[in-house]
Amino acid sequence: MTILPDRVNRHSEAYAANRQALLDQLAEHDRELALANGGGGERYVARHIARGKLPVRQRIELLLDPDAPFLELSPLAAWGSDFPVGGGLVTGIGVIEGTECMISANDPTVRGGTINPLSVRKSLRAMEICRDNRLPLVNLVESGGADLPTQSDLFIPAGRTFHDITALSAAGIPTVAIVFGNSTAGGAYVPGMSDYIVMIKERSKVFLGGPPLVKMATGEESDDESLGGAEMHSRVSGLGDYLAIDEADGLRIGRQVVRRLNHRKRGPGRRGPGTPPRYDIDDLLGVPSADPKVPFDPRDVIARIVDDSDFDEFKPLYGSSLVTGYAEICGYPVGILANHRGVLFGEDAQKGAQFIQLANQIDTPLVFLQNTTGYMVGKEFEQRGIIKDGAKMINAVTSSRVPHLTVHMAASYGAGNYGMCGRAYGPRFLFAWPNAKTAVMGPAQLAGVMSIVARQSAASLGKPFDEEADAKLRAAIEEQIERESLALHMTGKLYDDGIIDPRDTRHVLGMCLSVIDNDEIHGTRGYGVYRM
Amino acid sequence: MTTRPAPLTCVLVANRGEIAGRIFRTCRAMGIRTVAVFSDADAEAPFVGDADVAVHLPGNTPAETYLRGDRIVEAAHRAGADAIHPGYGFLSENAAFARQVVDAGLTWIGPPAEAIEAMGSKIAAKQRMRTVGVPVAPDSTTHRPTEIGLPALVKASAGGGGRGMRIVRSATELDGAIAAAEREAASAFGDGTVFVERYLERARHVEVQIVADAHGAVVALFERDCTFQRRHQKVVEEAPSPVVDEPLRHRMCQSAVAAARAVGYVGAGTVEFLLDRDGQYWFLEMNTRLQVEHPVTEAITGIDLVQVQLDVAAGFPLPDRVRTARIGGHAIEVRLCAEDPYHDYRPSTGRFTTVRFDPAIRAESAIESGTTITPYYDSMVAKLIAHGRTRAEAARLLIGGLDRSVIHGPVTNRAMLRMLLSRIAAEGDQPDPEVDTAWLDGQELGEAPGPSAEQLAAAAVAVARHRAAPWTTPPGWRNNPSDLHRIGLGDHLVEYRFDRRGQPDILVVDGDALTVDADRLAALDRVPVTVEGTTVHVANGAFALPIVPRFTPPDEAGRAGSTVAPMPGTVLRVLVETDQEVAAGQPLLTIEAMKMEHQIVAPTAGTVREILVVAGQQLDHGQPLVVVE
Repeated sequence: MTILPDRVNRHSEAYAANRQALLDQLAEHDRELALANGGGGERYVARHIARGKLPVRQRIELLLDPDAPFLELSPLAAWGSDFPVGGGLVTGIGVIEGTECMISANDPTVRGGTINPLSVRKSLRAMEICRDNRLPLVNLVESGGADLPTQSDLFIPAGRTFHDITALSAAGIPTVAIVFGNSTAGGAYVPGMSDYIVMIKERSKVFLGGPPLVKMATGEESDDESLGGAEMHSRVSGLGDYLAIDEADGLRIGRQVVRRLNHRKRGPGRRGPGTPPRYDIDDLLGVPSADPKVPFDPRDVIARIVDDSDFDEFKPLYGSSLVTGYAEICGYPVGILANHRGVLFGEDAQKGAQFIQLANQIDTPLVFLQNTTGYMVGKEFEQRGIIKDGAKMINAVTSSRVPHLTVHMAASYGAGNYGMCGRAYGPRFLFAWPNAKTAVMGPAQLAGVMSIVARQSAASLGKPFDEEADAKLRAAIEEQIERESLALHMTGKLYDDGIIDPRDTRHVLGMCLSVIDNDEIHGTRGYGVYRM
Repeated sequence: MTTRPAPLTCVLVANRGEIAGRIFRTCRAMGIRTVAVFSDADAEAPFVGDADVAVHLPGNTPAETYLRGDRIVEAAHRAGADAIHPGYGFLSENAAFARQVVDAGLTWIGPPAEAIEAMGSKIAAKQRMRTVGVPVAPDSTTHRPTEIGLPALVKASAGGGGRGMRIVRSATELDGAIAAAEREAASAFGDGTVFVERYLERARHVEVQIVADAHGAVVALFERDCTFQRRHQKVVEEAPSPVVDEPLRHRMCQSAVAAARAVGYVGAGTVEFLLDRDGQYWFLEMNTRLQVEHPVTEAITGIDLVQVQLDVAAGFPLPDRVRTARIGGHAIEVRLCAEDPYHDYRPSTGRFTTVRFDPAIRAESAIESGTTITPYYDSMVAKLIAHGRTRAEAARLLIGGLDRSVIHGPVTNRAMLRMLLSRIAAEGDQPDPEVDTAWLDGQELGEAPGPSAEQLAAAAVAVARHRAAPWTTPPGWRNNPSDLHRIGLGDHLVEYRFDRRGQPDILVVDGDALTVDADRLAALDRVPVTVEGTTVHVANGAFALPIVPRFTPPDEAGRAGSTVAPMPGTVLRVLVETDQEVAAGQPLLTIEAMKMEHQIVAPTAGTVREILVVAGQQLDHGQPLVVVE
């Protein structure tokens, strides 16, 4: 047991500046969240309510156990794209009748709940989480189907939706659909492929072709109810398993279905009592440097997210740019890897690789706290084999079988992103703080590199080099890279599972660890742990 | 009696509830073994476990169980008891049973059967009291009507139910009233005989505790005042009486001793008087048993009356400390009943989940954590007694004890008791002259006191924390917060939000936002709240708030027009027929529960669609009865 000291000086100028910078970024993030939470806007929400329907977030709240947590995923998906922020779909993990479930709910106030290429990605990511963590899936369906103008980017990937619902079922992970309204054409297969289907009287509309299409195809006169009404599906076609009298009743039945899923967590469970950290989580606003070039000690973060601020460090005197060690978060044992001085040297990479193997040996999940500018470059380091060392760490991360959780605390550049389990390395969950920056390299470096390359190219061709144009281009490139590396941009592309308030980090990680606990944890076996 | 004292070795208590437990306690302290008898419904009752031996009396109604003298005597034999204590109620004033016990060779812990009989007949008892100089309200059997005094009551000899009865307040009305009463009685009962008695309409109930031994000693252990009554049931009892001074006490005690001597009384008994505002008192009746309210006398005299009863029954003379007893301080007892004074004293039944009386007060309790109250017996579940230096101090002690006692379960009259005690604490030694035995019945109790906004907020916070406990996050944690969380508690709605540290930061009670600061958080922490299933007990059970379910299953929603049994009981009469039109509030049927009749009325005007029960049927709480559309 090693209680980390409280080293944060709450009265320093740097603390105040860091805190203000982060508060500004949070305010911007909150403005975007408010937009996303507003769904399709006041007019459409009012019309929806006037029809006697519940807004999507109220549906979710009613479905959840009161006072249990709800972790919404990628609420700002599609930010910066041509599609509405949020993607017209709310996904998240909540508790229904004591069972953690993935909830995926169309927001019918956003373009009728139609599915676009980004909502497909969001929906597929939700199902990936279900698969990896054995989470039952509850779909709250009310969608006008495909966003037809974007069908070319949509049609093929969207097919995966029905595949994945089915694959979940096949993997023993139950799927439930509660149909609140339209679920037609291809959309009919969302309930169609689900294990349990709840339909709502005079609301659910599930058919392959509506009355106009039927008229065109066969000349038959028909209506919504006879083609796909809840009564018909419950009494005649047998597509519906439960008939609810209204939305609240549908949610009540949905809860009842989940209660009977007999879902049991298979993980090892909590080990410790989950004692809160000794220091105020509010300090986390003042810890990350407002200036990304100024490193900060991740122990000050760890002291505010792990139980009792108790962190037993592994190899503290070796490879000090990477902090490694064991702790518990909300009672769940974890190994933590956190960047210290940004750059990863050969020793840091070796230490990281060794620690990842150790965690696998003892089936302990890993938490990666990223603030890295990448692996060290330069003659000396290349000659000492920095590629070989980085390769060891990337190999260890790739081959690791214990669950990984990644948090972007600030910088994430270069192969450091990979070695520290960036999105491409399949962490179970990945969240970013609003100050996070992610790119192949820093904007100035990237622009500088491009300038040097251009200069060399001009020289080799014997052409004159336009310094003025180069300066403009460098500025433009820098601006573009900076913009594209921002957290909002990354979250809009679904390169994370959401931006979180740093003060929520412990709660988010705790909840993710609880979700992970739905399945057994088996680390990689086969070789002894390599002493690097 | 001159037999040699023979200490008792094993006592059977032919009773139940708190009094059985009370008697067992003294027996244990005297090294006497104890035997309980119990009905089906009482199998799990605390008093059964208190006894060394318990004998089952099959059945539930008193007639099948606690009134079955034969079975009780048989039980005593079987269990090896050598004496029977009847407690109060049931067989305690049944002379035949007293004889049966003695004839069976057992010791009867009570007065001789002859004394019970002598006091059992009211007219005869009054006449005998007159002969020994005990004041008895004058009536026309002994006085001319004009000598009785005013106000007077003209009663039909053959009458009943108030018919033929006239209250007369001035002498000039008397003749006319007698004549009118005679006419009415003649036509109603075929017998025009009437008599007149003094009507004591503004009296206090003051009674004197006496103890007598088999060797001729009779001692009065002073008076108790039981003026706070509702429908002739005592609610608050105290000793000494706040309106009795030393000379009056002396006279009343002398009268009580004379009354006891007149019937050859042995054991503990109580002579009840009505005391008017002028300090005149009249014999009402004598209770030939231990009274419910005996603990207040025990408190001010330091004498264990049950011990005295046991010793006297064993043949011992009254000891000196009884003969020389003096009054020390003031004691008050309240009767905690499973009934709702704010809803016409409707009895409540169900399970007391947690019961923990404040150790600073004396509690004689029929309940403990887990005890279920059935509809078969009376509604009193406990007596709480405080003893202070003054009347006000005793009342304050009892208020504190009541507030600190944890009573989680069905509705009780706790709030009303608290109201009466507050009144007594304020009065101190200057009792309100308006208070008489009819006073409480005349009070408009109004709405039951409800929880404060802070108490409701504390309840919501406790429920939220309770429900969030299995998770690692603060209650209702959201990484993307939108709406406030809301919970229905009884008729109230609390909206709330918790911050990341797990403290509430927004609290809105019935639409009004509470300021949430450090003081508020500290105050919320001080409100005792316990969540038990779907009920939140606030302030140690002063309020039991049901958590309103978020969903109503459609079946119940469809039965919106149906009435349900408000408590377990039996259907007495069905008053309507199918397809009958009824007005809102019109009685639909009568049920009997807790020895009382209750009317079930139409929830709305409409047509009776369905009658789901028949007369005589046993009902569960919440069972649908009649569907009105």
